[in-house]
Amino acid sequence: MALILGGCASPEPWQPDPVLGDLSGSTVEVLGTWSGAEQANFRAVTDEFTRRTHATVRYTSGGNDLAILINSRLAGGSPPDIAFIPQPGVVSQLIARGVIRPLPPAAEAAVRRHYSDAWVSLGTEQDRLYGLYVKVAHKSLIWYRTDAFEEAGVTPPSTWDQFLAISRTLTDAGITPMATAGADGWVLTDWFENAYLRLAGPERYDALARHELPWTDATVVATLQLLADYWRAPNFLAGGPSAAAQLSFTQAVADVFGARPTAAMIAEGDFVGAEIRKLDRQQVGEGARFFAWPSIGGSPPAVVVAGDEGVMFRDTPAATALMTFLASPEAAAILVSRGGSLSVNKSLDLAFYPEETTRALARELVEADLLRYDLSDLTPQSFGAGSNAHMWVLLQNLLARGVPAHEIAVALENAASQDFTEQAKTRGLTEAAVRDS
Amino acid sequence: MKRATSFGTRRIATERLLVAMLFLAPAAIVVGVLVGYPMVVTLWLSLHDANGSFVGAANYARMFSIDETRHAITNNIIWVVVAPTLVTALGLLLAVLTERIRWSTALRTILFMPMAISFLAVGVSFRLVYDENPQRGALNAALVAVHDAFKPPSKYYGAAPRDGTGLVASDGGYETAAPVPVGEPVAMPLVGLPRNRVPSDAQWAGPLAAGTELRGVVWLDFTRGGDGAAGSIDAGEVGLPGVRVEAVRDGQVVATAVTDGQGRFSFPDLTEGDYTVRLAATNFTEPFRGLTWLGPELVTPAVIGVYIWVWAGFAMLLISAGLAGLPRDVIEAARVDGASDWQVLRRVTVPLMRPILIVVLVTLSINVLKIFDLLYVLPPDSSQDEANVLAVEMYRVSFGGGLDYGLGSALAVLLFLLILPAMLFTIRYRRRREFAPERPVGGRAAPRGGGALSRWRSVVRRRRAEEEGES
Repeated sequence: MALILGGCASPEPWQPDPVLGDLSGSTVEVLGTWSGAEQANFRAVTDEFTRRTHATVRYTSGGNDLAILINSRLAGGSPPDIAFIPQPGVVSQLIARGVIRPLPPAAEAAVRRHYSDAWVSLGTEQDRLYGLYVKVAHKSLIWYRTDAFEEAGVTPPSTWDQFLAISRTLTDAGITPMATAGADGWVLTDWFENAYLRLAGPERYDALARHELPWTDATVVATLQLLADYWRAPNFLAGGPSAAAQLSFTQAVADVFGARPTAAMIAEGDFVGAEIRKLDRQQVGEGARFFAWPSIGGSPPAVVVAGDEGVMFRDTPAATALMTFLASPEAAAILVSRGGSLSVNKSLDLAFYPEETTRALARELVEADLLRYDLSDLTPQSFGAGSNAHMWVLLQNLLARGVPAHEIAVALENAASQDFTEQAKTRGLTEAAVRDS
Repeated sequence: MKRATSFGTRRIATERLLVAMLFLAPAAIVVGVLVGYPMVVTLWLSLHDANGSFVGAANYARMFSIDETRHAITNNIIWVVVAPTLVTALGLLLAVLTERIRWSTALRTILFMPMAISFLAVGVSFRLVYDENPQRGALNAALVAVHDAFKPPSKYYGAAPRDGTGLVASDGGYETAAPVPVGEPVAMPLVGLPRNRVPSDAQWAGPLAAGTELRGVVWLDFTRGGDGAAGSIDAGEVGLPGVRVEAVRDGQVVATAVTDGQGRFSFPDLTEGDYTVRLAATNFTEPFRGLTWLGPELVTPAVIGVYIWVWAGFAMLLISAGLAGLPRDVIEAARVDGASDWQVLRRVTVPLMRPILIVVLVTLSINVLKIFDLLYVLPPDSSQDEANVLAVEMYRVSFGGGLDYGLGSALAVLLFLLILPAMLFTIRYRRRREFAPERPVGGRAAPRGGGALSRWRSVVRRRRAEEEGES
C-alpha cells in the first residue's frame, strides 16, 4: 500500500533498490558485440539498473573483434568488469587463463533461480558457475517466401526427404530454392550443426564439441556428404556453389526477401527476421515465414542455440549487482518487450513478447527437449569462431571447391587436433602456474 | 697559455655537448619510447612461442612452412613487383597526357580524388563494384551488357527435361534416349523455366494427334501450384514456341524444325523410319554471368586494380610537378628536330624524370609492402587465404584467434627487413640531394639531361642518314 501511494506522490525522494542497494558513485564497464538496435535494447535494461541503484554503466561495443579487444585490455592490465562473449569456447580459454571470476553468490543464486539446468550448465566450468545468458538466438530455422512456395505448390517440409522434394519442385517451377551465404563461414557451420545434431544425435554432438570424437567419424563424413549433395545439386543454389561462396549473409536475405528475389529459402536463425524488417518488402509472419529444420532419419525436434555469455573479469559490488539484475525476469521483460530479442529466463512471462512470431520461438526455446549450443562456438577460437577459423574455411571449401567429404573430414580432424592441443597446453600451463603460486 | 686555451676550448666543447644533449633529450626519449622500445620488444617476442616460452629462431623457420604464411609472402612479392610499377607507369602516362589539354587542372583534381577516400571506404565500395551478381556488381553488369550485345543468351536457358520422361542430355541440348518411330507424337516435357521467361504468345499445348510424319510437342510441364502430373499435358500447360528441333539418324541431322505457338513441331518429309529427336543446344545457351572477381583466382589482381585506382592520381601529381621543372629547351630542341611524341617521352622525358620516377617507385614499394586495410576489408572470407599478405597475416596470427604473438612478431620483423632496403635507399637519396644544393632543380637531372640530349641527337642523325639512303 505504501508503495502504491509512493508511486502516486510526484517528487518522491529516490529510494535505492532493496536487493541491489545504493551504488551511487560506482561505475560498471561492460563490453559486448551488440551495436545499433541490440545496443539500444541492452541500454534500456542498464538504464533501469541505473535508475534503481544510481550506478553508472559504461558500455563499449567491440563488434566482431571483441575477443581481440578483451585480450588487449587484459594484456594492458585493465580488463572490463563484465563482457558478453558470443563464444563459450573463448570463455573456456579465458577461464583456463584464470582471468575470469566465478559469479559471486548473489548473482549465482539469481541465475540458478531463473534459468533452467541446461543454461546453468552452459555457464558452468569445473563445477563453478561463471556465465549467464541474457539474449539468445534460435538457429534451427529455415525462412521461406510464401509466394514462391505457393507458385510451386509446395508446403513446409518436416523431414529431410520432403525438404529435398520441395527443393526439386521449386527448381522445376524455375525458382532457385536456396540462398546460402557461403562468404560468411558461420552460416555454413550452422548448416553443419543442425544436420549433425539430427543425423548423429546429442551424445555424439557433445563428444564432437569436446573433440572426444574424431572429425573423421562416419557420422561427420555422412553429414558433410549430406550437405555437399544438397549444395551441389544442380540449380539448388543461386548461381551455383561458387557464387554462393561470394554471398554475404545480409545479401542472401535480400536475395530471398528483397526487391528482386532470386531464391525461395534461407536457412538461418531468428535474426533473419530483423533483416527482413530492415528490407521492408515482406511482412514477417505473412510474406516471410519459417519452418523448423527438417528431421533427418526420424530425429526428434532439436534446436541449436547461440547467445552472448556474460562473464565477470572483476567482481566489484556494482558489477555483481548488475549481473544479479540481468539474471532477473524484470530485466528480461524490459529486453524482450522492445522486440527482436529472445530470452531464456524461465521466470519470464511470455506475454511480455510484443508479437506472436517471437513468442512462438521463445516458447520453443523454453519447452524444447533437445537443445544444444552452437558447436563451432564451443570449440577453440582458431577452430570454430573467426573469419579464418579452420572449420569456417574448410566448410567453404566443401561448398565451393568440390573437395570430397572424406577429405574435408580428414582436414577438420587435423585442424582440430592442432587447435584443441594448443588450448589444452595453455590450460596446463595456467594450472601449473596456479599450483606454483 | 696554450694549454689554458686548449683547456678552455675543451670546457666549451663539453658545455656545448651538454646543451646539445639537453635539447635532444625530449626527442630522444619520445623516439626511444615510441619507436625503439616497441622494436626491441617485437624482436624479443619473435623469439618466443604463443605461451611465452623461449624458442629461438623457431618462429622464423615456421613462417616459411605454414601454408597461409607462405602464401602471404608470395602475394607480397607479387604486389611489390606489379603494383608500384603499374601505378608509376600509369601516373607518368596521365601526367604527360593531361599536360597538353586545356582543363588539365580540373582533370588532375578528379584523377587525384580517390586519394581523399580512406582505404576502408574504398574497400567497402569496391566490394559492390566487384560483386559477382550482375544485378549488384557494376563491373559484371557492364561485362554482361557488352557480352549480351554480341551474344545474347537463348530464350530457354535453364530449362531441362523432367526426370524419367525419356529425354537425355546431349552436347548441351536434350534428345530422346532411343530413336522414335514416325507417326506417334513425341512428347518433350521441359521444366525449370521461371514464369517471367515464358513467352507471352505461348498457348496451351493441348493433346496432339498422331500423323503420318514425325511430329511432337515441346511444352512446359509445370502447372502453377504444382498440381500437374509429370509427363502429361495438363490444363494450362503451355507449349514453348520457337524451339529448334532436329531429327537425327545415324548421328546425322537429317531435318530441322521450329516449334509453333503451341510448342508443336513436325517434319513433313520424314514419313518413315525411326529418328532420334533432339532439342538443339542453341535453345539452351546459358547467359554470361560475368567473372568471380573476388573468387580465389582473381582476387589478387582485382585488389591490385583497386590500389592502382587509388594511387595513380598521386603518382600523376608528383610526376606532373617534376615535368613542370624539366628544362624546356631540351624538349623543344627535340621537337624542333622532328621527334614524335612517343620519341620525346621515351628518349627525353623519361631519362630526365628518372630521379622523380625512382622516388615515386620506392615510396609506393614501401606503401605496398605494408598494405593492410584494403585486404582486410575487400576480399570475402572465402577467398581471404588467397588474397592474404604479410601485414594481414601478422594481424591474424597475433589477434585473430591463435593469439600467437611470437609468430606475429616474427612476421613483423620479416616485413621490417623487406621494407629496410627501400627505406635506406630513400634516406641515402634524400641525403645526397640535401647536401648538394649547388646542383640545379631535379638533382642529377642536368648532367643526365646532357646525356639524353646527345643520345637524342644521335637518333636524329641516324634517321636522317636513313632517309637520305632511301631517296
